[in-house]
Amino acid sequence: MSLTSQDIARIANLARLELKPEESERMLTQINGFFGIVEAMQAVDTTGITPMAHPVAAIQDITLRLRPDVASEPNQRDLNQQSAPAVERGLFLVPKVIE
Amino acid sequence: MSDLHNLSVKALATLLQTKEVSAVEVATRFLARMGGNPHNAFLDIDSEVTLAQARASDAKLADGTAGPLEGVPVAHKDVFVTRDFATTAGSKMLSGYRSPFDATVVQRLRTAGMVTLGKLNCDEFAMGSANENSAYGPVQNPWDTARVPGGSSGGSAAAVAAGLAPAATGTDTGGSIRQPASFCGITGIKPTYGRASRYGMIAYASSLDQAGPMARSAEDCALLLGAMCGGDIDRDSTSLDMPTEDFAASLNNSLEGLRIGVPKEFFGEGLHADVRAAVDGALREYEKLGAKLVPISLPRTELSIPVYYIIAPAEASSNLSRFDGVKFGHRAKDYTDLVDMYKKTRAEGFGNEVKRRIMTGAYVLSHGYYDAYYLQAQKIRRMIADDFQNAFKECDVIAGPVAPSVAWKFGENANDPVADYLADIFTLPASLAGLPGMSVPAGFGAGNMPVGLQLIGNYFKEAQLLNTAHRLQQATDFHLQKPAGV
Repeated sequence: MSLTSQDIARIANLARLELKPEESERMLTQINGFFGIVEAMQAVDTTGITPMAHPVAAIQDITLRLRPDVASEPNQRDLNQQSAPAVERGLFLVPKVIE
Repeated sequence: MSDLHNLSVKALATLLQTKEVSAVEVATRFLARMGGNPHNAFLDIDSEVTLAQARASDAKLADGTAGPLEGVPVAHKDVFVTRDFATTAGSKMLSGYRSPFDATVVQRLRTAGMVTLGKLNCDEFAMGSANENSAYGPVQNPWDTARVPGGSSGGSAAAVAAGLAPAATGTDTGGSIRQPASFCGITGIKPTYGRASRYGMIAYASSLDQAGPMARSAEDCALLLGAMCGGDIDRDSTSLDMPTEDFAASLNNSLEGLRIGVPKEFFGEGLHADVRAAVDGALREYEKLGAKLVPISLPRTELSIPVYYIIAPAEASSNLSRFDGVKFGHRAKDYTDLVDMYKKTRAEGFGNEVKRRIMTGAYVLSHGYYDAYYLQAQKIRRMIADDFQNAFKECDVIAGPVAPSVAWKFGENANDPVADYLADIFTLPASLAGLPGMSVPAGFGAGNMPVGLQLIGNYFKEAQLLNTAHRLQQATDFHLQKPAGV
């Protein structure tokens, strides 16, 4: 199967990426080139195989830990905002969302 | 001592503990070598910070509270966040970014006494196999500056090879420690997934990313790995709750009777003759050391390429959604509304390879495609991991090439990303299985470029891998060879 330029536009929107026309075109060729090698995957019979998320699950049961819901970090607002593009009175600024 | 930069981590640690040199002297020597940023290996250097850490180490050495690696310098791949140095992950997106905290690995090495020399260049967000994807320019291979150092931990490998740092940290998602170590003639180990904390390691593919040390020898790697590993259970949900181990304790164990599995799929027609000759030479050396070679099969080796390049981009597209121009990093100047700001910010901040992987990842996770791609890849991933468990019934460690060729020349694969992907074939299987893997210098190939031998161990068998590598390094001197002028 092959992606179309409509697919590229749809995915770029989902991924919040603005692509220039020539970039979209190159992306289409390269991603389709890549999906050429993905075809081999489709032929594999995986009936009854459980998907693996944590690799060590190959040998032992792995459950992702939860920790108690308590604040563990000190308040470092200034440090946390030192690399923000736009801040005012301790708040992150974004373009107007609600009219 | 003018040759401080050629000493091992172990030798430096001894000289520091016996006060034959001071941490400030050692740091000063390395900072002098880093002047002018040879090979474009570093992205941030701050001699004031480094010297302050060295003075603090000297104080600890004086009052008897020194850590085991007190005063020994180390440089960090720029995907580890650091409070005292900028952190960019090789991306324009994070130009000038300052983290409010240190990554666990950075903090653990500092606790062991190591002094930070600076931050090392890498492929943008660790995506690449040649270091050509850094927004701050490629790193040169110290053995031949017209060639790539490998990637994504290219700055780490080049810095150690060129004597700019005795050791460095790297991260390995699909081979990013092992392949540059091989290309630059140094030693590197990726431990079992979950051994080293991912806290403060800028995420690329969370189910694969793993930190590890890069240095000249297996012995040095063992010293760093011991300091880096350990549970971080409150901060990294995938960190394994395992005690720290003394990986150096069994370095000298005999290899008599060790069964080394040689996967036939790693020696097919894609493998260049020069690499094969060096790897075969190392395997013969192991036979002399008493090991037995056992033919094995890893039948899904080729499938690891599509499986990895589905899973890793899928996770990357999710992880990199945090770069939106709001809380940190780059923000576009002109935009019409919030969504337009996101789109322009990300278009300007990310490089081509990162965009390609985000797009691939968003596609395979999108409605209607998830089962066919991501889920199918996760199932084959388990089959690949099971193949290794079958193989380990017949052998103790697995050996083969790290990469099909020696380091290539700049620009050779530049317009064909798939060519780079295919070159990752021998490192991807162990990454997908989460197994520990190493690269050990094994000789030289075309253009007198270094060749690495890959060693893969079973889960938690890092000590055995390092022992296997160390014994080879006692019998050969490939790891002691240096590029001209170092």
